[in-house]
Amino acid sequence: MSRGGLDPKTAPTFPMAAKAMLGDAQLRKNVRHATDVIQGKRARVVGEMPDWQELREAGKQIRRHTMEYLDFYLEEFEANCTRAGGVVHWARDAEEARRIVVELVKASGSDEVIKIKSMTTEEIQLNPALEAAGIHPYETDLAELIIQLGEDRPSHIVVPALHKNRQEIREIFQREMNLPELGDRPQDLADAARMFLREKFLRVKTAVSGANFLIAETGGVCVVESEGNGRMCLTLPETLITIAGIDKVLPRFQDLEVMLQLLPRSATGERMNPYNSIWTGVDAASADDGLRDGPGVFHVVLMDNARTEILADEEGRQTLNCIRCGACQNACPVYRQTGGHAYGSVYAGPIGAILTPQLQEMHHAQSLPYASSLCGACYEVCPVKINIPEVLIHLRNKVVKQNTAGVAGLFDVEAGAMKAMAMIFRSERRFRATQRLGRMAERPLVRKDERGQGWIGWLPGLLGGWTQARDLEEMPKETFRDWWERRGRDGN
Amino acid sequence: MRVLERLGHTVEFPRGQTCCGQMHYNTGYQAEAMPLLERFVAQFRGAEAVVVPSSSCVAMMRDHYPKMAVAIGRAELIAEVDALLPRVFEFSEFLTKRLGLEDVGAYYPHRVTYHASCHGLRNLLLGDGPMRLLKAVRGIDLVELQGLEQCCGFGGTFAVKNADVSSAMLAEKTTAVLNTKAEACTACDNSCLMHIQGALHRQRTGVKTVHLAEILAGEDGVGR
Repeated sequence: MSRGGLDPKTAPTFPMAAKAMLGDAQLRKNVRHATDVIQGKRARVVGEMPDWQELREAGKQIRRHTMEYLDFYLEEFEANCTRAGGVVHWARDAEEARRIVVELVKASGSDEVIKIKSMTTEEIQLNPALEAAGIHPYETDLAELIIQLGEDRPSHIVVPALHKNRQEIREIFQREMNLPELGDRPQDLADAARMFLREKFLRVKTAVSGANFLIAETGGVCVVESEGNGRMCLTLPETLITIAGIDKVLPRFQDLEVMLQLLPRSATGERMNPYNSIWTGVDAASADDGLRDGPGVFHVVLMDNARTEILADEEGRQTLNCIRCGACQNACPVYRQTGGHAYGSVYAGPIGAILTPQLQEMHHAQSLPYASSLCGACYEVCPVKINIPEVLIHLRNKVVKQNTAGVAGLFDVEAGAMKAMAMIFRSERRFRATQRLGRMAERPLVRKDERGQGWIGWLPGLLGGWTQARDLEEMPKETFRDWWERRGRDGN
Repeated sequence: MRVLERLGHTVEFPRGQTCCGQMHYNTGYQAEAMPLLERFVAQFRGAEAVVVPSSSCVAMMRDHYPKMAVAIGRAELIAEVDALLPRVFEFSEFLTKRLGLEDVGAYYPHRVTYHASCHGLRNLLLGDGPMRLLKAVRGIDLVELQGLEQCCGFGGTFAVKNADVSSAMLAEKTTAVLNTKAEACTACDNSCLMHIQGALHRQRTGVKTVHLAEILAGEDGVGR
């Protein structure tokens, strides 16, 4: 069952995609409800931490230090992971990562894999590549299973099926699991998924996972989850293949002390994740006596896919500090209206608005940096203090430079208007002349309301966006400036 | 102006002032915003305190002017920005933090709700300062707004570039305002107010928007 992934290269612009989502009342209700619930839980467990701001600062410093010495820590991870019996692969981009994983699965002798929820595999569209190679992937995270069976796409980095409600999930399970009698209580749905997945856990010999953290000091890999499906995937199969962006590394084991406090509280509003798995290479001793403890073969694919480009950009690089908690998505008033699909990328919401265009090296998704009112709610909740509004503004500047480059840039309407306004603002004389001119120009558009006040209900061109839902009061007969001067003259 | 004069301050209005450059800067036109920073410094360098009736303009100055000055690279400009910024205040901030006031002797006999503009709330950390000023106003019937911290959806050029999403955000805000049954919605930022007012008028709700300063300027007999 292949499903069309979210591909920033072909996705419509954000305003267009958002328009379609805004018409889906059920989706908006689901998203609003889910983000309200998670935000409420997060606020409770964050509020009980007296040192939350210090933790955030510690998280920021750890991530910033890691990025500064990323080459060092990656090589340290590689050496320690290899020493522990893991096999480390390096992938330059998504295509190379897909090829490596497909080859590794084939080499494991399996034509199916069980998967732990992994945004990195979504980023590189791994499932379609596996299917094209005759390998069947089974998503084992409940939400990912819903997405896979429903031939849908993830809309949130932590809760990918957040846009679906219970009734919709029940319909998918009834149809795909052939359970016509299935109820819609959470218990019913979880039982159905459990029955469906147990058999896969016991049968499938190869697993694919992502990683929350790679620990350079030990060569260990850390995955946190809530359902226990991850623990199954990490322990039952013979071969485990982990794929991780190179940004996932942490210097020391002790750094988990900070991260494992910040992440669950920010992501799901839990004090601790129900399952925290950390494994280091393979257990060679037990493999010899046939009593295997965990996978006998462990591969980790370290993928760049534009991350070094982001690292090279001084102002954009804080994007890589992200630990994928999704708190910014829940807090974002834009995401709250549209849900995740409008972003045309597996990384939606504020973090998606800065990460996606940079992962595309600014060749695609140029509308995303503008998908924000810069309200700052994302920055306020970010556990590692990524100043998302600042990065958004930085990326907007890059987009403007692209749009105004060369001859075509000379005819860019927005750029022309912006330049003209900047020129007006540089001179008091021009500013006042423009105010007078504006009053004349608006006259044909002004209508008096019942109180005799003039309002504009329609504006042309780019400005028409304003008047589709709002009126605009006419310019005052006397500006503040005029009033101020008259007052000075009259002496009151 | 009237509030500050009532409190005994001398208010000047440098005529050459125009715009802080936020719209340009936030839309990606950083180069166009640079001369406006220099203009601001030239206009206001002599002032003891600069009071700005718009929280997002102050946020623009505090958050971006220092690095813009560094980008321009003139040592004396960097020094002037550093010296001037601590003297720049948002209007309510000037009253509560600089002057330590809550009661400015205002009278405003109307039912009012307060919207916390994002930049005032998160960038300037105004906190409950504006609310304390409002609570001290005689005759006022102050009602709390549900979803106080939610953005109204203005966001400068966001309102036209993403007009649909912006309108949806605005609809949530105006619903909250109407639920308070207030006669007027106030804030420390005219841009939010212009946005909210645009929808309140389009829907012919009869609810108006007033800047915090207009309420604080209200006096017995003079109060509107």
